[in-house]
Amino acid sequence: MSARNAILKRLRERLDGPLSAPESDFAVVTNRGWSQEERLARFARWIGSVHGEVVHADAARWTETLAKVLADKGVRRLALGKEHPVAAEARDALVDSGVALVDVARDIEQWQREQFESVDAGLTSTRGAIAETGSLWLWPSPDEPRLISLVPPLHIAVLDADTVEDTFFDVVERHGWASGMPTNALLISGPSKTADIEQTLAYGVHGPRELVVIVRHAGESPGVTR
Amino acid sequence: MSGQNPVVQTYSPREFHRQAHDALGNPQIRANFRKAMDGLMAKRSESFDDWDLETLRELGANIRLRALAKLPDLLERLEANCEANGIKVHWAEDGEQACRIIREICESHDARSVIKGKSMVSEEMHLNAHLEEAGIEALESDLGEYLVQLNQQTPSHIIMPAIHLNTDEISEILHDKTGTERTRDVDYMTAAARAQLRERFMAADVGVSGVNFAVAETGTLCLVENEGNGRMTTTVPPVHVAVTGIEKVVEHLRDVPPLYSLLTRSATGQHVTTYFNMISSPRKDGEHDGPREVHLVLVDSGRSRIYQDDELLDTLRCIRCGACMNHCPVYTRVGGHTYGTTYPGPIGSILSPHLMGLDDTKDLPTASSLCGACGEVCPVKIPIPDLLVRLRRESVGEGRGNVAGAGVKRTRKEAAAWKGFQWLATHPFAWRAGTSVAGKLRALTPGKLGAWTDYRTAPKPAGTTLHALVKRHQANRSEQAGKSHEEERR
Amino acid sequence: MTAVKLYPPRPDKIYLFGTCLIDLLYPEAGMDAIRLLEREGIEVLFPEDQTCCGQPAYTSGYQQEARAVAAAQLDLFPEPWPIVVPSGSCGGMMRTHYPQLFAGTDREAQAGEVAGRIFELTEFLVHVCHLQLEDRGEPEKVAMHTSCSARREMGLAETGPALLAKLGQVELVEQARAAECCGFGGTFAVRHPEVSAAMVEDKTQAIEATGARRFVTSDCGCMMNIGGRFAKQNKAVEGEHIASYLWRRTS
Repeated sequence: MSARNAILKRLRERLDGPLSAPESDFAVVTNRGWSQEERLARFARWIGSVHGEVVHADAARWTETLAKVLADKGVRRLALGKEHPVAAEARDALVDSGVALVDVARDIEQWQREQFESVDAGLTSTRGAIAETGSLWLWPSPDEPRLISLVPPLHIAVLDADTVEDTFFDVVERHGWASGMPTNALLISGPSKTADIEQTLAYGVHGPRELVVIVRHAGESPGVTR
Repeated sequence: MSGQNPVVQTYSPREFHRQAHDALGNPQIRANFRKAMDGLMAKRSESFDDWDLETLRELGANIRLRALAKLPDLLERLEANCEANGIKVHWAEDGEQACRIIREICESHDARSVIKGKSMVSEEMHLNAHLEEAGIEALESDLGEYLVQLNQQTPSHIIMPAIHLNTDEISEILHDKTGTERTRDVDYMTAAARAQLRERFMAADVGVSGVNFAVAETGTLCLVENEGNGRMTTTVPPVHVAVTGIEKVVEHLRDVPPLYSLLTRSATGQHVTTYFNMISSPRKDGEHDGPREVHLVLVDSGRSRIYQDDELLDTLRCIRCGACMNHCPVYTRVGGHTYGTTYPGPIGSILSPHLMGLDDTKDLPTASSLCGACGEVCPVKIPIPDLLVRLRRESVGEGRGNVAGAGVKRTRKEAAAWKGFQWLATHPFAWRAGTSVAGKLRALTPGKLGAWTDYRTAPKPAGTTLHALVKRHQANRSEQAGKSHEEERR
Repeated sequence: MTAVKLYPPRPDKIYLFGTCLIDLLYPEAGMDAIRLLEREGIEVLFPEDQTCCGQPAYTSGYQQEARAVAAAQLDLFPEPWPIVVPSGSCGGMMRTHYPQLFAGTDREAQAGEVAGRIFELTEFLVHVCHLQLEDRGEPEKVAMHTSCSARREMGLAETGPALLAKLGQVELVEQARAAECCGFGGTFAVRHPEVSAAMVEDKTQAIEATGARRFVTSDCGCMMNIGGRFAKQNKAVEGEHIASYLWRRTS
């Protein structure tokens, strides 16, 4: 008998007989009832507490904020996609900025070392965020591959303020994740970190040392544009 | 860097007492663990501040129970959904078979170099040694695991593998093995490890990771981490092999958020980890990165045996957060290596006997004062103290006999002593006579009672037993009552 | 951990299960428990045939022996009075483990019924007697060690301190890591003496560091362990069962 069948047989022919499965009540992980403002405040507080930087921007002028972030961080080479509106608008805005735009929509095998060694920052869109934990959710795509948010030392993520939801459970349920998962789904909460050396926090152990979240507000921006 | 002939410093559960003695006599080890555990306990407690923790633990336990109740069906569903997504699923009866499967995957790609994300199952099956024997280098990439591997040790904690080492010791290890400067600058050391490991990620032929939750409904593998090495391991090399115990499956995607919440808060007191990485397929056409092949190896290794028994089953609920060890007064004092097993601390003491047999692990179930701290913090409410007692029963041959090595601890002398206790405690007259005599002979009580009196004075029986005092007290009262009754009549 | 317990009104009578450690080593603690209860106008019945709850055999894995010893106790409490136990450890055994021990046997119902009437002494004094105390002692600092069984198995972290708080002249000081085990654990102290010793050493240091010269506990196992360690080192810190302490200061 194959290992598979032998294992399944043992599990099926359980000595103490079949088990009954309890029903689950998920109320404790949903129904937070936070207002949009509270959600945003919680998101910013939590992601800030794990070293993520939040910058607010007017949706119409967010690329100015991006340019400012790039200048502040000394970014000379920015990796980004082409098709997503975030990438397209950024490309338009940065065309004369002096920042080199690195095309990410090509097989990693062609440019792995370049990506690892000579890209200063990766720009990605986000699908939303979670207020309760200060997490961004990303579904990488051919236009914005998986490693863009991981390999460069700075990750800049663009988030629309009205896509922040209460809890991870809410996101999974409301967006029907179970009916179609992408190759890779990610929650990102802050830059890469470790506490493996005597519980002392250090950032950027494998992934980005810094994470900047540009929160875009439609209409009047309640926040301050840096 | 990986060493030509790595001599891994080994510990054995058979040597628990000697290893405990050594650890207790090592002030550095004592201080490292005490400091770390104090910090972790405080952080855990703060992280649940805003939560209805009991309700959340109830839900966690309930989700794991439901998954176990449907385990064979869920494993089949997981397999079907993974395969439909393009993930190749393998089954292994034991660690050796799992090692062979992974080695063969490596060989089919002419792999020379494997980069690893943290995986306790791979530790359990000694994957690194197996691959090294086949001429395949296996390098750990989690910083703690990397340090421990450089130091030719095994992890001393399931979440924080290098927790037994302090900054100076780590500086020395990195200096010795990789030529970095001696320093107390943690950022410098972290950056050095980053640079060393990035080369290895680029060069690796295969990435091997563990799995925190495998979702049957969608065929998704979830990995929880802070460092990003898990994402690197599962994204950069052309082949990804995930290896996990068969019990890690959950039914639905919506089962994941509560478990993830419980896991991070219980483990390190974080409200969330930096990354939650959910993998559902290899690189698809048109995608530009990620492995071209993803494999999932499901390992039994004694788990289906635990599964047979209603009481022992609870062991399989574990989500490997390590909170039980963080809160264990024994673990805090002797550290992880003392246990000599892949999983140390309370969870190790209830799991290892099934993986290794009671012959080798008979000192583990007794290495607990049954203080209950482990059960109190367990995010999925495993009754760890009860399971320790169950394994003690199995050890002395008074359980169900369905744990390998059952009865190994039974000695004629000890069994007779407990029979003697039973006789005395079920014969009240003899009990009273015995305790009364012990009181009268209290002057003769030995001043030395073995190990007890090495550290404490010997307890001495009181001159009179409670039984006798109560009798006297009752006599006095009825006498008084009689007197006052007479006075009333007069 | 324990579910919320509904407490009965104050009864006329109770049973006292004195425990074997008190019987043999600390009988005055048992007597003081009786005195406290009688002062509240409660008649204390002490079944003469009681011996030991069976816990030492139970935690050592000697299930049959533990069951036989426990069975011998089950018949001692025929009337529906509460059963008060001046020990969290023995109380926990009887409340939590008796039902498990007799599950599936013909004494299952009886074990469950007895378990439902088990109260640890401080629990009973606080929640059933609503005890009021008039402190007649000198001002004093005291530390409390609540046993792990009382704290976690019975969910009674607060009842001991609540009673001490009723003593006007007593300042309860909290030692570092108050919730941590003292290292007794019954046969644990014998099977793993060095680990147990390291634990009790830390516990005595923590208590001593509070500046208190006395610690009270509701469990004689912990008292024997912690007090024995202090005595071994000729330290001036003394242990006392909480029943004795309460009685001594209020009588």
